[in-house]
Amino acid sequence: MTLEELRKLRGNVKSEIEKRDTEGKTIEVIVGMGTCGIASGAKETFNAFVKEIDAKGLGKSVLLRQTGCMGMCANEPTVEVVVPGMPRVIYGNVKAPVAKDIVEKHLIGHELLDKLILDRPAADIITNK
Amino acid sequence: MAYSHYILVCGGTACESSSSKLIFENLKKEAKDLGVENEVQIVQTGCFGFCEKGPIVKVLPEDSFYVNVKPEDAHDIIAEQIVKGREVPRLLYDKEKKSAADVSDIPFYKKQVRIVLRNCGVINPENMEEYIARDGYVALEKALFEMKPQDIVDEIKKSGLRGRGGAGFPTGLKWEAGLKATSKDGIKYVVCNADEGDPGAYMDRSTIEGDPHSILEAMTICGRAIGSHKGFIYIRAEYPLAVHRLEVAMEQSHKAGLLGKNILGSGFDFDIEIRLGAGAFVCGEETALLRSIEGKRGMPTPKPPFPAQAGLWGEPTVINNVETWANIPVILTKGADWFSKIGDADSKGTKVFALTGKIANSGLVEVPMGTTLREIIFEIGGGCKNGKKFKGVQTGGPSGGIISSAELDTPIDYGALIRMGSMMGSGGMIVMDEDDCVVDVAKFYMDFCVDESCGKCSPCRIGTRQMATILDKITRGNGTMQDLQKLQDIGSAMKTCSLCALGQSAPNPTLSTIKKFPEEYLAHIKDKKCPSGKCKHLMQFTIDAEKCIGCGACMRNCPVEAITNNPANEVKPNKKLAWKVINQSKCIKCGSCMNTCKFSAITKK
Repeated sequence: MTLEELRKLRGNVKSEIEKRDTEGKTIEVIVGMGTCGIASGAKETFNAFVKEIDAKGLGKSVLLRQTGCMGMCANEPTVEVVVPGMPRVIYGNVKAPVAKDIVEKHLIGHELLDKLILDRPAADIITNK
Repeated sequence: MAYSHYILVCGGTACESSSSKLIFENLKKEAKDLGVENEVQIVQTGCFGFCEKGPIVKVLPEDSFYVNVKPEDAHDIIAEQIVKGREVPRLLYDKEKKSAADVSDIPFYKKQVRIVLRNCGVINPENMEEYIARDGYVALEKALFEMKPQDIVDEIKKSGLRGRGGAGFPTGLKWEAGLKATSKDGIKYVVCNADEGDPGAYMDRSTIEGDPHSILEAMTICGRAIGSHKGFIYIRAEYPLAVHRLEVAMEQSHKAGLLGKNILGSGFDFDIEIRLGAGAFVCGEETALLRSIEGKRGMPTPKPPFPAQAGLWGEPTVINNVETWANIPVILTKGADWFSKIGDADSKGTKVFALTGKIANSGLVEVPMGTTLREIIFEIGGGCKNGKKFKGVQTGGPSGGIISSAELDTPIDYGALIRMGSMMGSGGMIVMDEDDCVVDVAKFYMDFCVDESCGKCSPCRIGTRQMATILDKITRGNGTMQDLQKLQDIGSAMKTCSLCALGQSAPNPTLSTIKKFPEEYLAHIKDKKCPSGKCKHLMQFTIDAEKCIGCGACMRNCPVEAITNNPANEVKPNKKLAWKVINQSKCIKCGSCMNTCKFSAITKK
């Protein structure tokens, strides 16, 4: 291996290992993967996010994780997006192709995708306590 | 491949001995059976350090920290978390919290700073690419293409790094001596001391098991700095997993051109060989270690000449300990200024300690120099097991001394430990509680030194034997006040006259316990009593006739038939059977009767 090859290899594998870090990641994308979500294609959505976040080189700042059913099964797949300085948003009906939009517009462009936004379910009833 | 989850399974020796390997295999199997093998990457990684709660499994990105995992838990981890996205609360470290306990919130990790153990528990040690991804071999690039040998030495000097093997000699000075030393035939050597022999110390093993490439990289850098083309790693044969991981790492670096001829096309050659030690403690002493590599009997030689002038086969040799090596790549990557900001005035950087003994959270901890013992033992280690009272801590193994509770708030660095009559040593910390007897502890370490003394110089060979005999006499209740003086006289003679550090430091545990716990020695000598009930010649087991119901359980368990019915075969009015008594001349004080008795009728005094 030459110096250039080593540097190239490091560049390639770095983003992969950065995904394991949880510290310092400020943006969170949470995909609802209950049975309902998976049945509506949440896995494809998840994979689309992985691909898109990689493609845009956001691996270092975005924490992509899955959760159980968010309780809005009619609108699955649901995806919650947390970007510092922006409201916490839950999107519904996020099929795989929409993932790209969310990454480009919301994560990078800091612009909400109005048409897909769902309200938090009965935020006045469900509290964290 | 798009992974949604990563599972890191501890693959250190401690967790592997509690079946972490089976957990790893079960996880793989479950992932396959449940059809998610393409969604989760399962990695066997190095020691997390939290050995008390092992085996440890960590799931990312949720950062779920699972402790005491059993092979049969693999199904739940995969079926619940990977398939359904729900954590397995019963395995979480912090069960009360509903959501995942953030690892950095666990008290055990809160105060730690991980430099040496930076990759342990994060990467797969058998995968070179993961090491490279975590800035591995960046330091080597710098050393080969951007820095001159003198620059490298200056950087290490500036960092203030001191040898982590025990004595704390400044590493930069050692390298400078190696660089300046001239060799007639142009041969110089680089040696890694991985002969970790202190009872209770295992940081070197864990570092190699968790991050073998960091050692290879550091040795290559040193080779470049001093103009050496050959390195040796001297490692104990008792560390098979560490040896295996080193071999795997060396094979990978050879293939990648990071070791061998013309490294990274720079024209610099460097190669490393592994030498297995046969388990003699004295071979951890650098001159004895070099003799052992040469194939001779491992015995120390007087210094000077120091190895940097005339070491292996008489050639200039730089020899450093594993933990010292592991610091090198970070210093070059992040700079000496960054490194020297960590620690205190006397000592820079961090130190890894192996917490063992009567401590709640035994394991590996890495803290900045200058952290107090109280923080290490009570905040990180969780204090003594079962809420017992803390008595003292032995640092530096058989070469160090005991530190009492009065000294807990002293910041720990090389100088402070010496002032307390102990030493850094390799960093083993054996915690003792109220049940431990300091005379017994001193005797244990002295017996160890009797076995391990190589016999070359008489102060050590005869001194250790004499001290051990006197200590044994005291634990049997036959000690006199003159014996106490004799121990101190022999001890101070050994400190000044022994050839190597083994003999010079062997009296430390005895001398420091005499100094800090004189009342316990006096109790053994004058009152013929062992206050903690550890010295079996000074205590008796007795049966309380009132409490004994005469069931005979102790009788059946006694290995020497020392327990019988009371001589008159009398039966107490409210009992059905005769109470038992112990024949003290037969009793071997094993304590099995006390453990058997369900009525607390047996006491030890």
